Amino acid sequence: MRSFTYTAPTSVADAVAAIASAGPQARFFAGGTTLFDLMKLGVERPSALVDVSRLGELEVIDTSGDDHLVFGASARMADVAADPVVLRDYPVLAESLWRAASQQLRNMATVAGNLLQRTRCPYFRDELYPCNKRRPGSGCAARDGIDRGSAVLGTGDACSAAFAGDWPVALLALDAVVDVVGPRGERTVTLADLHVEPGDTPDREHSLAPDELIVRIRVPVTPAGRGSTYLKIRDRESYAFALASAAVAVTLTGGGVVEECRIALGGVATRPWRAYAAERAVTGRPLSAETARAAGEAALAGARPGNLNAFKIELGERTVAEALRIAVERAGR
Amino acid sequence: MTAFEVNGRKVDLEVDPRESLLAVLQDRLHLYGTKKGCDHGQCGACTVHLDGRRVVSCLTLASQVEGREVRTIEGVAGEDGTLHPLQRAFIDNDAMQCGYCTPGQIMSGLACIAEGHTGDDDEIREYMSGNLCRCGAYVGIVAAIRQVAGPAEA
Repeated sequence: MRSFTYTAPTSVADAVAAIASAGPQARFFAGGTTLFDLMKLGVERPSALVDVSRLGELEVIDTSGDDHLVFGASARMADVAADPVVLRDYPVLAESLWRAASQQLRNMATVAGNLLQRTRCPYFRDELYPCNKRRPGSGCAARDGIDRGSAVLGTGDACSAAFAGDWPVALLALDAVVDVVGPRGERTVTLADLHVEPGDTPDREHSLAPDELIVRIRVPVTPAGRGSTYLKIRDRESYAFALASAAVAVTLTGGGVVEECRIALGGVATRPWRAYAAERAVTGRPLSAETARAAGEAALAGARPGNLNAFKIELGERTVAEALRIAVERAGR
Repeated sequence: MTAFEVNGRKVDLEVDPRESLLAVLQDRLHLYGTKKGCDHGQCGACTVHLDGRRVVSCLTLASQVEGREVRTIEGVAGEDGTLHPLQRAFIDNDAMQCGYCTPGQIMSGLACIAEGHTGDDDEIREYMSGNLCRCGAYVGIVAAIRQVAGPAEA
């Protein structure tokens, strides 16, 4: 492992100053569950780590507000998953957290760090293979390799690695935003604008500058939270990444018609993927098996499979349809 | 220097920023009960408690434990060697074969019980899924945790 310096500043201002003075290869470090892992593999090679995992001001969880749920950047995934308001009113958020990783990792990983989790494409994690994301211009080993886990939506010629996270998919469905602090001040970035498709630069995965720090996540309060679910389909029942997942949140009119519908997909796309066409396919109608299936088909309409992952298209469609059924049932309670 | 507590004992070490907590426990403090399996946070063999919460020590930087309390499998039994009820339950229920994953299973199981994630056996399985056992002693592991946690909720 490349040697690096380690500092643990005690305020956000000090952390931002520390990253600025540590140079372009410095990285913020929080739970370590992605970054330390990839450093051991030689995939990440930072010259300096600025530890933001113990900034008390970033650990606040406030779900009491009328406008937003507020999750401090360094709040742990396990703690947000156990928040009583999240559990009761936003099952899509709770399920996206407790169905991710293991309790040990959720005790370590922060809710902001999880937004920037890197892909689990096996070729990205292995120095022996070319990878345009790890080493721009070197090629893509998955193209002629084992691409069973790769994305079918948002793919490009350079890269089709799937986005691995769950919580960011749920946040995207609920129109969350992140507040970011950097040397140029504070700004707010929507979840929709945070992640980017690979295009010609798959090494660039998000729209933040290296010296910008996420300080909190805000989720607009919505009645659609109660009628929501995060359905995650994987090779084993627990402790595995999604092959396909769907975050769905709905409200119903008194007559059982879907009034509002949000759908986002995980496991099948190169970034957290909002499925607007699928939302339109069910909005203004009562949910039936037919409309649920039509929404699933609309969600995957633009899919481009590789060699071994065409199964993700039908799996994704069915995951959306089943998640809609669960969400509508919950909304009707 | 990095100062922290391990099983109630104060330690103060010069650590390399690259060292994991797991490496420091084994190589510097000679506490070999905590096991290295995958070294990438995928198997749970290196599970310890950090300020009372279970974490994987392989992905914890040693530098990050400054001022904190670490509990390992060596800190579970009584000082006179009396086994903790969960250790006894692992024996009673044949919850191991080769035993390599067992320290991690017990540290994780203690936390699972303390967190209250033992409502039914499915909940135990879900909250113990971060600890792999390649001998396949899962049935015994769930039974051992159930024995200590008490009967499942109706």
